[in-house]
Amino acid sequence: MKNKNSQGAQECPSRCPDNSAFKQQKLPAWKPKLTAPSVLSSFFTIGVFCLLMGICIILSARSVKEIQINYSDICLSCSKLRENSSNWDKECNCSVHFTLQENMLGDVFMYYRLQNFYQNHRRYALSRSDAQLLGQDVNIENSNCAPFTTYPNGTPMAPCGAIANSMFNDSIQLSYHLNSYTAIQVPWLKSGNSWWSDKNVKFRNPTSYNLSSAFAGTTRPPYWQKPAYLLDEEDERNNGYINDDFIIWMRVSAFPTFRNLYRRLHHTNQFADGLPAGNYTFHITYNFPVTRLKGKKQVVLSTITWSGGSNLFLGIAYTVSGAVTVLAGFIITAIHLKLRKKKTYFQR
Amino acid sequence: MADPIRWARYRWQRLVSAEGRDGSSSSSSCDKCYQSSKVPSRHRIVIPCLGHFKEEYEKVSKLYMNNRIRTTKYTLFNFIPRNLFEQFHRAANLYFLFLVVLNWVPLVEAFQKEITMLPLVVVLTIIAFKDGLEDYSKYKLDKQINNLLTKIYSRKEKKYIDQCWKDVNVGDFIRLSCNEIIPADMVLFYSTDPDGICHIETASLDGETNLKQRQVVRGYAEQVSEIDPEKFSGRIECESPNNDLSRFRGFVEHSNKERVGLSRENLLLRGCTIRNTEAVVGIVVYAGHETKAMLNNSGPRYKRSKLERRVNTDVLWCVLLLILMCLIGALGHGIWLSSYSEMPLFNVPEPNGKSTSPALAGFYMFWTMIILLQVLIPISLYVSIEVVKLGQIYLIQNDIDLYHEKTDSTIQCRALNIAEDLGQIQYIFSDKTGTLTENKMVFRRCSIAGQEYCHEENAKRLESYQEADSDDEDLTDAVCGSLSRMPKQKVHSCRTVSQPLNSKSLNQLAGSCSALGEKDGVSNIPHSRHVAFSSPIETDVVPDAELMEKFSQITCHSYAQSEETDGEPSLEAVYITDFFLALAICNTVVVSAPNQPRQKMRLSSLGRMPIKSLEEIKQVFQRLSVRRLSSSPVPGAKESSSESPSTFVNKLSIFRVKLASPAMEGVSQTANEPQATDSPQCAKVPPLGPLHRVDVAAGSEHSDAGSSLEQSISKLCYEAESPDEAALVHAAKAYKCTLQSRTPDQVTVDLAALGSLTFQLLHILPFDSVRKRMSVVVRHPLSNKVVVYTKGADSVIMDLLWTGPADDKSEMEQKKIKERTQKHLDDYARRGLRTLCIANKVMSDAEYAEWLNSHFLAETSIDNKEELLLESAMKLETKLTLLGATGIEDRLQEGVPDTIEALRKAGIKIWMLTGDKQETAVNIAYACRLLEPDDKIFTLKSLSKDACALLMNSILEDIQKSMCTKKNHNSKLASIFPAPTTQAPEFSASLVIDGKTLEYALHESLQSIFLELTERCRAVICCRATPLQKSEVVKLVRNRLKVMTLAVGDGANDVSMIQVADTGVGLSGQEGMQAVMASDFAISQFKHLSKLLLVHGHWCYTRLANMILYFFYKNVAYVNLLFWYQFFCGFSGTSMTDYWVLIFFNLLFTSVPPIIYGILDKDISAEILMQLPELYVTGQKSQAYSPPTFWITLLDAFYQSLVCFFVPYFTYRGSDVDIFSFGNPLNTAALFIILLHLLIESKTLTWIHMAVMIGSILFYFVFALMFGATCKTCNPPSNPYWIMEKHMTDPAFYLVCIITTCVALLPRYLFRVLQGALFPSPVLRAKHLDRLTPEKQREAIKKWKDDRVGKGRMGTRVCSRSAEEAASVRESSDHSSYIPVSKTPFHTCPADRSVQKTSSISDIQDEFRDVNSLTCERAVFLNSSKETDSETYGANNSCAGIPEFTFAKGSNGISLINKAGLNCYLTEQDVLTYPAKLEC
Repeated sequence: MKNKNSQGAQECPSRCPDNSAFKQQKLPAWKPKLTAPSVLSSFFTIGVFCLLMGICIILSARSVKEIQINYSDICLSCSKLRENSSNWDKECNCSVHFTLQENMLGDVFMYYRLQNFYQNHRRYALSRSDAQLLGQDVNIENSNCAPFTTYPNGTPMAPCGAIANSMFNDSIQLSYHLNSYTAIQVPWLKSGNSWWSDKNVKFRNPTSYNLSSAFAGTTRPPYWQKPAYLLDEEDERNNGYINDDFIIWMRVSAFPTFRNLYRRLHHTNQFADGLPAGNYTFHITYNFPVTRLKGKKQVVLSTITWSGGSNLFLGIAYTVSGAVTVLAGFIITAIHLKLRKKKTYFQR
Repeated sequence: MADPIRWARYRWQRLVSAEGRDGSSSSSSCDKCYQSSKVPSRHRIVIPCLGHFKEEYEKVSKLYMNNRIRTTKYTLFNFIPRNLFEQFHRAANLYFLFLVVLNWVPLVEAFQKEITMLPLVVVLTIIAFKDGLEDYSKYKLDKQINNLLTKIYSRKEKKYIDQCWKDVNVGDFIRLSCNEIIPADMVLFYSTDPDGICHIETASLDGETNLKQRQVVRGYAEQVSEIDPEKFSGRIECESPNNDLSRFRGFVEHSNKERVGLSRENLLLRGCTIRNTEAVVGIVVYAGHETKAMLNNSGPRYKRSKLERRVNTDVLWCVLLLILMCLIGALGHGIWLSSYSEMPLFNVPEPNGKSTSPALAGFYMFWTMIILLQVLIPISLYVSIEVVKLGQIYLIQNDIDLYHEKTDSTIQCRALNIAEDLGQIQYIFSDKTGTLTENKMVFRRCSIAGQEYCHEENAKRLESYQEADSDDEDLTDAVCGSLSRMPKQKVHSCRTVSQPLNSKSLNQLAGSCSALGEKDGVSNIPHSRHVAFSSPIETDVVPDAELMEKFSQITCHSYAQSEETDGEPSLEAVYITDFFLALAICNTVVVSAPNQPRQKMRLSSLGRMPIKSLEEIKQVFQRLSVRRLSSSPVPGAKESSSESPSTFVNKLSIFRVKLASPAMEGVSQTANEPQATDSPQCAKVPPLGPLHRVDVAAGSEHSDAGSSLEQSISKLCYEAESPDEAALVHAAKAYKCTLQSRTPDQVTVDLAALGSLTFQLLHILPFDSVRKRMSVVVRHPLSNKVVVYTKGADSVIMDLLWTGPADDKSEMEQKKIKERTQKHLDDYARRGLRTLCIANKVMSDAEYAEWLNSHFLAETSIDNKEELLLESAMKLETKLTLLGATGIEDRLQEGVPDTIEALRKAGIKIWMLTGDKQETAVNIAYACRLLEPDDKIFTLKSLSKDACALLMNSILEDIQKSMCTKKNHNSKLASIFPAPTTQAPEFSASLVIDGKTLEYALHESLQSIFLELTERCRAVICCRATPLQKSEVVKLVRNRLKVMTLAVGDGANDVSMIQVADTGVGLSGQEGMQAVMASDFAISQFKHLSKLLLVHGHWCYTRLANMILYFFYKNVAYVNLLFWYQFFCGFSGTSMTDYWVLIFFNLLFTSVPPIIYGILDKDISAEILMQLPELYVTGQKSQAYSPPTFWITLLDAFYQSLVCFFVPYFTYRGSDVDIFSFGNPLNTAALFIILLHLLIESKTLTWIHMAVMIGSILFYFVFALMFGATCKTCNPPSNPYWIMEKHMTDPAFYLVCIITTCVALLPRYLFRVLQGALFPSPVLRAKHLDRLTPEKQREAIKKWKDDRVGKGRMGTRVCSRSAEEAASVRESSDHSSYIPVSKTPFHTCPADRSVQKTSSISDIQDEFRDVNSLTCERAVFLNSSKETDSETYGANNSCAGIPEFTFAKGSNGISLINKAGLNCYLTEQDVLTYPAKLEC
């Protein structure tokens, strides 16, 4: 056969097809065998791996300390006040007490958590101008910011868009009660909370000799109480568009219930190792209205671990699927043994 | 130069007319548009563009097209609009266009406007690029053709000058030399041939390599000098352009108003090649696109494969699913919105500050969702399918097993989009001749005057050929090498030119492949270029010794004597001589010499005569002819004397050969011997001394010239239209009755005994399928009588024989001969030989003159010329004398029985549709194992519809009965021997049906029962089927049974069948290229069909089916991720994936692996597939792609998408993850799931698979990283900046991806594992066989086959149920057909036979017989096993012989008709009582 073919190829180089492995569809091929050893080994390997991973993840997730306080319920009066948008300029403060049973060691993060706030709504998520946030002088009329682009008098908003307009603007302070008389402010870091890439590349203030002049000719979004260049008056590098709170808010969250990083614990004095157990009070300036959205606001204190937060799901998923896989492996073994006895396995 | 506006209009018309229609019909519609729009009248007037008609010419010819052709679809300017226009004819493209447009509506816009366009643009660009490339190659070819040179007469220079083809205009005079290609359709006005003949080769038109003759217009043939265009003053009026190649009508009107008719004989068609003729001159009547050749170029047909049709329905399901999902989204959004009493912060108001109502928002959301989830309808699927098919076709075309060395041809895939249909074929309709057989007609036996000559030696020779077949072919090449080399070269150079003529009909779907196909299709011809039907096996007939002896004893004397005296002893000699003369003459063979191929022998020219003796011979013959004439008893002496110059020349040529050839001397010596006996003619020869002297002198002096002449005679090449003709001529040649030359008015035959005879050829009545015979009318040079030689199918010839009064002695003899011959014919047919009857008829000049008158009328009539000619021919071909019969063997092609067996085992039903007679067909069927010895054969033969219905019913009943008994038998057997036995106990019936009955069976009312009957038969053989019937049968089975059909054939008569079938396979055999041109696949050997179907069909089908399923899975799985997300974003249409990634995911990251999978995946190796044809059933039952598999796949896709979404969802729930950071692991996991899913589904993995797979993953990551690193503002809503980079450093990302992938794929993996272990399908088991060692494999296959047998027995149990069903159906149909039955007595066929055989026939019986044969049906119902075969055949044949009724009994006429009605009842009764008949 082979001989004949090669002869044919010699005689008629033009018409006779090449006798190459590819053209004759005889390429050496690995045929994935579903034979007992390979199947079983794959099942058991995967199963055991998943089980082990699952246990590890569960253990690490359990080491996370976390405390959540729903303050939109506690600060009911403020919530009521904010329900009416005409009261937007009335200040409302609120304190929330809680006790930390255990020390929270290591990095402690303070989050605010919003429930039922659909930041992922398509038109909402769209309503921003990345170019503007990059400090470029762009005509935001053409961006997706509408209708939060300009005021009727033509003054453009800075920053524009619905996301920026609806920025979370509660301010939360935490005081630690050393004893029943003295309370000290827990020191928090305002900056360094956002992604480095966002802070340093993606968000830029417009260039000018100073920030306020950079924002000259623009005005704050309607819901804001102060213009962008006054977001953090203390720290020049945390002001304007590169304000961390702003950057984090602009990173639109994936689900209607989400938390955003608000502050990091500054490890000084008593708090060098983290938050010691004891009594604490949150002092909240309540600005952000949520009742209209049937939403809730929470503040969260949490530590983190290598596998993420306190969510146990991943660990459980690994454990369960590992277990299932191992079980399947056993079932297959049983079938295999039974069939082999009958000698009907595969070939009959 | 044609008016450009007109040109544009023409293009437009073509475009419009081609729209929305299959390519096949476009040509005819074009035709219509021509007639309707261009020329108001239906005629076209052509005036030469010269001289005196200048003005008129301009007026008339301006309207006609010039010869510039443009086969391209596009020009540089209209390419983009036109291509877009064409592409948007596809529903899928329109859908995507709709989406793009939708996305421009601001209210529903889901993506950036530009992004939605991207996939569409990519798809359109790919297709446009492909189209453009294809078109460009066509453009180049057009240009090449347009710039070919030809000689056009120029008025200015008063001579023919070289000009390009494109400058040829209607009305131009063109002069062509030998081997030039005709640039436009032109009417032939001059040929250098003195007879005014021009030979053309039409290979590029129809692939037929034999030469066709064309005739100079009447009145111009006599001109000695070349026609002078300046003096031509006629005007030609002819039909407006049409695509009928076989018809051309018109006339030339001279300045004196005299009209000369034109026919197709006068027309030279564009694209043909001038052969054998030095030069011709013609006037162009049709040019460019109006030529018949161009009008016949219909574009490729677009066939939709079964799989594709299924896919389209499933796409509709997807659309439904999409709409459902969008509705859910719309409703959800409305409900979600209405749950808020006040406008929430995140619900961005409209620019005008208002917010939309929930209902309206929901409505908008519906459309937004459609855009968002559009990928559910896989745009990439259509492109991928095209690409995969191209790849599959490429691999099929490169299969070395489908390469045929002898003809140096591989398979040509002319249809690019139905390769997968090859894997689903359920019915094969096969032609017999040339398809199952080699179509190498070999003279095998003959019977002359009732005496059989069985040619034992010849049989032995054939056997030896069978063994060393391949060597013969080489030998052929060697022999024909010298002759074929020269023209081959020339032809080849011409081929490149003629390419575009076929290029259109070749498939143009894909540039690369069509180019490949073109090359194949065209260069195929030169190889068969050497004279067709002339392999040594066909030419080297070994004569039968006995016959040879008899024949050589025949002398001039005995022949002449017998003519005049009707002497008993020499009657046989006359028969033999006439028989061979008929073989040599009665044909349309063109003779050419090998050293000057395609140059016919012109022996009548006197140039080579030894001039010295010329004068003497002349004198001799003048005397001879005068005496001959005076002694001739022919009444029409006047007529013959007027022809004396030609007869003289004829006679001269006889003797010239005698003189010249020394080898003939011996013969002439023997011829001298009987001169002593007093024969009236020959007796006068001896006294003529000079003859002998000349004879000797010539022999000695001109020996060298003579020898060369002889040499050339022995190497004459015969170019015949049909292989039978060639076989017969070669057979005659073997008996030294050599056809030497043929011109339109004379034929020269060299008889060993009688010398060279030149027959004046009076008429040729060509073969047609109605008459089933052909005749030549010649004037016999010896008797000077008009003789008609007829050869044709035995069934027709037998009816035309002369039957005189029964008491005549010679008549008795005739009858005996006829009976004997019939017996021999039956015997031949039983041996599978093709039979022909040879007959002649001597006419008196008066008779001839009478006929000639009527014939002349027919010839000159214009309106229904064809019918009149047919009638006239029928008039002539009566009262024939039977000379004998021939048996020609058409050997089975190599490997046909095995192929048929394999296809059978593959569950394919095979029908044989042939034009041959029943016996031949049945025998070939036995030989190729279409029929098995154990088969029960039912023959369906009846002469009326009702009888046919009854017969079918009773056969059905019979089948059911035997099935039931078999079943009982089986169950008994099974209970006794539970162990599987080796023999298949399945009952198998076969049906043989003849053409006439088929016509009834195809009638609407009988179709269902006919189909029911055929469904129960293992094989069906339709004999005597016309091409139309063939296609009707295929159509019926295809449409009514809803099965996949394949038609395979090699000749023009199979074209309609090939076109009708789902898949048409053409065999590039000896009968030209028509079948190939019409086919979807062209193979060179029937045996290739098994690999094509069993291996490539299986592969293509499973590959494509799996790939399509995978595509659906992929799209559903991926799109559902988006859908699930809608539940968490208020159904607002947010996508959590970056839009670019979303688009590229289908377009780039996951598109190549499935394509590779679709092209290269191999579930079972070719060897196993060939050994176990049973595996083919998978494709037939559409197991790989059936509704359950489709829905299971979708379910799996749903599951996987759920896992892929919810595992990350629960992981990230409540965290600070942003939209696109959440989307990233989703995407990554989806990519892994989708690719690994493919890995699980793949049966084989080569390095290509792996490379593509890894490449895709790498590409994804590189793209994501690059995009993430650079895109700060580029994609506003979904800015992916740095997300991938961030995730790559996050362990949680990996953890999520791994667990998602594992959980998603676990069920499918588990399913595949369990399927392999618990319920392996045959395919899986076969796949396992692949891994075994060869020995084990063999063992396993054997085991498998045994296993099958065991299963087969189980199968019979199922059939019983269907039998019951069928019985109920039959009963209902019986009910109606039983009603008209009366209780009159009847005659069965065997009874008929007895009636016929009794010598004393009473008047009543006679009359009855007439009635019977006229009107009634002889229902022959053969229920035979192999043992009783011969008997039944005998019975059958005698029945076939009956219709020799005469119409002569005029007095009976009326009563006959009266009785006809009655007789209908008789025969129905006949069938009803059939069981009783069987017993006796």
